[in-house]
Amino acid sequence: MSASITAAIEDGVLPTLTALLVALVAGDLLILSYGQSPGEVWRLMLSGTWGNAYGIGQVLYKATTLVFTGLSVAIGLRAGLFNIGAESQLAAGGFCAGALGLLLPAGSTPWVAIPMCLVAAMIGGGLVGLVPGVLRARFGAHEVIATIMLNFIVLAFLNWAISATGLAVPETLHTPVVTSSAIPRLSAYLPVFHGSAANGTILLALLAAVVAAWMLFRSRFGYELRAVGLQPLAAESGGIRVPRIWVMSMVLAGAVAGLGGTNFVLGYKNYFEDGFSGGAGFLGIAVALVGRNNPFGVLLAALFFATLSQGGLAIHALVPKQMVEVLEGIVILAVAVSVPEVRRLLRARPVRAAATAAVSKR
Amino acid sequence: MSGAASGVIAVRMRGVAKHFGPVVANRDASLEVGAGEIHAVVGENGAGKSTLLRVLSGMFAPDAGTVEVFGKDVAGWTTADAIAAGVGMVHQHFMLVPTLTVAENVVLGREPMSGMTYDRALAERELEALSQTTGLACVPSRLVSELSVGEAQRVEILKTLYRGAKLLILDEPTAVLSPPEVDELWRVLRTVRDAGATIVLVTHKLDELMEVTDRITVMRHGATVMELRTSETSPAAIATAMVGRAVRLDASGMPVGSGSAAVAEAIGLAVGENDDAAAAGAAGAPPDSIIVSSARDRITRNIPAAIISSPAPTPTYTDAPRLRVTALTVAGPRSPRAVDGISLSIAPGEILGLAGVEGNGQTELVEAIAGLRAATGGTIVVDGTDVTRFPIGKRLAHGITHIPEDRHTRGLVLDYSIADNLILGRQTQFSSSGAINRARTLAFAVDRIKAFDIRPADPSLPARALSGGNQQKIVVAREMPPDFRVLLAAQPTRGVDVGAIEFIHDQLRAARRAGKAILLVSAELHEILALSDRVAVMYRGKIVTVMPRATASEDVLGPWMTGAAS
Amino acid sequence: MLGLLLLQTLRIAIPYLFAASGGVLAERAGIVSLTLEGFMLSGAFCATLGSFYFGSPWIGLLFGVAGGAVFGALHAVATIRFKADQIVSAVAINLMVVGLTRFFLRLAFDSSSNSPRVAGFGGDGNAGALATFANPLVWLGIVVMPVLAWVIGRTRFGLRVRAVGEKPEAATTLGVSVSRIRYGAVITSGALAALGGVYLALDQHQFTDQMTAGRGFIALAAVIFGRWTPVRAGIACLLFAFAEAVQIQVQGAGVLPSQFVSMIPYVLTLVALAGVVGRAVPPAALGRTEG
Repeated sequence: MSASITAAIEDGVLPTLTALLVALVAGDLLILSYGQSPGEVWRLMLSGTWGNAYGIGQVLYKATTLVFTGLSVAIGLRAGLFNIGAESQLAAGGFCAGALGLLLPAGSTPWVAIPMCLVAAMIGGGLVGLVPGVLRARFGAHEVIATIMLNFIVLAFLNWAISATGLAVPETLHTPVVTSSAIPRLSAYLPVFHGSAANGTILLALLAAVVAAWMLFRSRFGYELRAVGLQPLAAESGGIRVPRIWVMSMVLAGAVAGLGGTNFVLGYKNYFEDGFSGGAGFLGIAVALVGRNNPFGVLLAALFFATLSQGGLAIHALVPKQMVEVLEGIVILAVAVSVPEVRRLLRARPVRAAATAAVSKR
Repeated sequence: MSGAASGVIAVRMRGVAKHFGPVVANRDASLEVGAGEIHAVVGENGAGKSTLLRVLSGMFAPDAGTVEVFGKDVAGWTTADAIAAGVGMVHQHFMLVPTLTVAENVVLGREPMSGMTYDRALAERELEALSQTTGLACVPSRLVSELSVGEAQRVEILKTLYRGAKLLILDEPTAVLSPPEVDELWRVLRTVRDAGATIVLVTHKLDELMEVTDRITVMRHGATVMELRTSETSPAAIATAMVGRAVRLDASGMPVGSGSAAVAEAIGLAVGENDDAAAAGAAGAPPDSIIVSSARDRITRNIPAAIISSPAPTPTYTDAPRLRVTALTVAGPRSPRAVDGISLSIAPGEILGLAGVEGNGQTELVEAIAGLRAATGGTIVVDGTDVTRFPIGKRLAHGITHIPEDRHTRGLVLDYSIADNLILGRQTQFSSSGAINRARTLAFAVDRIKAFDIRPADPSLPARALSGGNQQKIVVAREMPPDFRVLLAAQPTRGVDVGAIEFIHDQLRAARRAGKAILLVSAELHEILALSDRVAVMYRGKIVTVMPRATASEDVLGPWMTGAAS
Repeated sequence: MLGLLLLQTLRIAIPYLFAASGGVLAERAGIVSLTLEGFMLSGAFCATLGSFYFGSPWIGLLFGVAGGAVFGALHAVATIRFKADQIVSAVAINLMVVGLTRFFLRLAFDSSSNSPRVAGFGGDGNAGALATFANPLVWLGIVVMPVLAWVIGRTRFGLRVRAVGEKPEAATTLGVSVSRIRYGAVITSGALAALGGVYLALDQHQFTDQMTAGRGFIALAAVIFGRWTPVRAGIACLLFAFAEAVQIQVQGAGVLPSQFVSMIPYVLTLVALAGVVGRAVPPAALGRTEG
């Protein structure tokens, strides 16, 4: 099996490390341009995140949402589809969870309310994912543009839903608090996390990653999905219904992203608020890429980006937190550049065991 | 056939070496061409001919060796340098932009300007003039996408002449041409040579060379093994040099002796009828030899397992064919009737060879039967069941299998392991409760790898890591399970090394003996003639003739392939 | 009324025309143009910077074009030299531009939402015909598509762009450098798209965070709608702009909530995708950088 380990290193670890190095250097430059010392800033970032329980809690909280959006993009990419719509799928999922929570009777037991809201979140996100899936399957429309357009449409719609109808609490952009479907905070069980938003959804995220890994690499559906992503023509020749896989993958991706919305809506604030997604959907793209579309890589990448994000707040006194946004873009670009470059540099090693005498012409 | 009287050496390459990663394409290759010659470079698939010529034309820099053109040392030069020095290359796969006109394609990179801007009208006028002087007809304003293969090749040649090429290199120019188009090409080349050019041809088809060339360079395993003067040699000698072992040819030019079927295929000779030679050969054949026998290509092997195949049974032409296609119409990318009302049937135990120049609807026909393309009319019936509306999965379940033309895009998921590729199409059978059963998959893979001698024999290796021949064997292993009924084999040995070709052909013959039906589509006439029971020719979407193998030959089929016969 | 509507249409169309012209050029050369949004935004910000520090909108224009060209070069290097996935690079650059503009917005103007007022062209917001046609960028925007059509169809560069986007191998064997043509096309497309942002910023006399608001994507839709030809893409831009202008007039009458009005161009694009892309054939080498 050493072939697959070498491949994993070549395709996964090396490009990521290279990318992180590039990001580090870029970060240094930005910090210097603001007149600060890079060493001091990085140290402050680390201590503000992993250096105390509250920081760790916040990192875990942010990472949770990123795991969902990262998995969403990763699943799409494995099927050969670029899901830029995780942002709106996330928001739609959160909205549906919050809306259902409002509809449920006040005293409902959490054992029923929470699962129902989770399902609602998946349905909301799944429906938003369905549209680009169908557009691709029926009309051949590129899902990148479709998902970008849908982001604008859905977010505008949700903004209208909150502000123009009677849903919101007056003078705010959020729905009333719902306690029956609240997912408990970590601080309820581990008092050391007092004050942080980290909640039980973390476990859901871990579960999602495990299920995603099983689905992709062990299940028959995952076999077909990856075949479609790697070589749709061969998959078609093998009787796999490619358009159907596309639709199902997009719905699945949307549902996973939608589930991420419960982190905020059920676990943190217990209400839906317009704009709560806050860019986590777009960041999910970075998470998927750095995680090399692998569920366990996604877990690590989510932690990394959550650290950056929370760290941005910690260093805000020294450097504007927008620097972190720039770094995110740089990391994505660096990974995108590293993958083919590393492959090219390593191409010296022999791939074929075939004898040189029998060279076959392509 | 004028020889190179001038004594000027146009090309001198010595000791050229070139490798791509671990693959050594050229080692100690050499080439000497006199000015005004028509010179052929021959060798089996993979001998390194194309690579050597690409080094000459500036596409690659050699790792070692000298390259001199008209006395100048040019090793390592670029294509731009080469073009400027009067070297023009016509590639096997045309380098034409389909959405541009003929004129635009010809002048690209050397556009005539008037002042600051590119002058389109001037380009067309210049091209017209060139067309007149060289006798190569063309319409400058036509879109390349509308041209026939022969016309497109003329444009490629015009491209080189437009740049003042004095040395023309053509890589496998006849691979995509029908026999009459080949004759036309020789006429063109003679005209160009008479106008003062030197021509180097790369080919693996011996029978065509003898009339046109002055000298021949033979390559084998990346090196040059012999240089011959056409007038002083024979196809047999050339063939011997190409394969490196003694090849006896009988009176009609057929190879007799060890591995002769493979040799014949490699050097482009049709394996045909040969009763006398077979008898003679059989009588005096050494114990481990292969004998080409009469009427059709039956192979008797005396190898350790001592398997002697009995003569192939004639197909049973009953009223119940395995595959019956009736009035099938299929739309293609360029025409709504790429397949124009075709009817055919294949009996159990029969191989029906479909000959024809590529682009006459064969691809669409195979895709329609395989289920990759919807038929617009007609029916497809397999063993009595109408499968016309079946999706691909259902056709697979019904025993219709397909070796696609392009294994890299249709045949394999290159990043999947050998095992994963082997179960593609039947993954449901290998799963239980939604998950793929790894143990069962592995066992199956090991079994198939052994049966088809796939190397390296590691089921977890990605298919990408295998050679072309072994990759094709994966496809064949998958598409020839014990229970299939109809196999659609499209170019099954394209780009495959000689050993694998033989193996695949043996598999096809074995399947025929087992009563399967096979539709063989191939651009290589000798492959069709080697394997088929009946030969059909496809032209412009219709089947224009069907004949038993006994009456088929290159000369007979050629006219049908170009629509010349009625 | 009609006159006002047409005027509105023109004003809305100008950024689309610039961005779409960049998109047509780059895509015809084979490079995917999801970066138009980022190029536009960078043009808007750099133009604001230039105008602020030098007090002249013309300097702002130069800065804006330079900014777009720089990011065009970045995209070109990543995808051509390093063979990065074109879509990923585009997403990264768009994110980077948003981040960088916000970062430097803070650094230069100490604000997280907008720059101070700068010198610009024309009147801001709803200006009349006089102010509109006094804006040199409006004239530039009107001619950009016809000029591009001429460049692609009639110049040597245009011929090579078309060849490189359809069959780069053909160009390579003739000694034409595919990379060089693509670099030229992408960097120019960056500059062109940036002009769209320059127009926006200098028209409103300030830079606001994310002021391009997805126009770059609508421009790309116009490119696809227009089947990768300049004139048809230009018409698509006008069509999209007209629909927006109509809705704005209607909105004034309070018929539709503002959120739905803002959705119109995106919905139109979705509809266009569903109906058109199936028929439209992109340049054959689009998205491939193996060359």
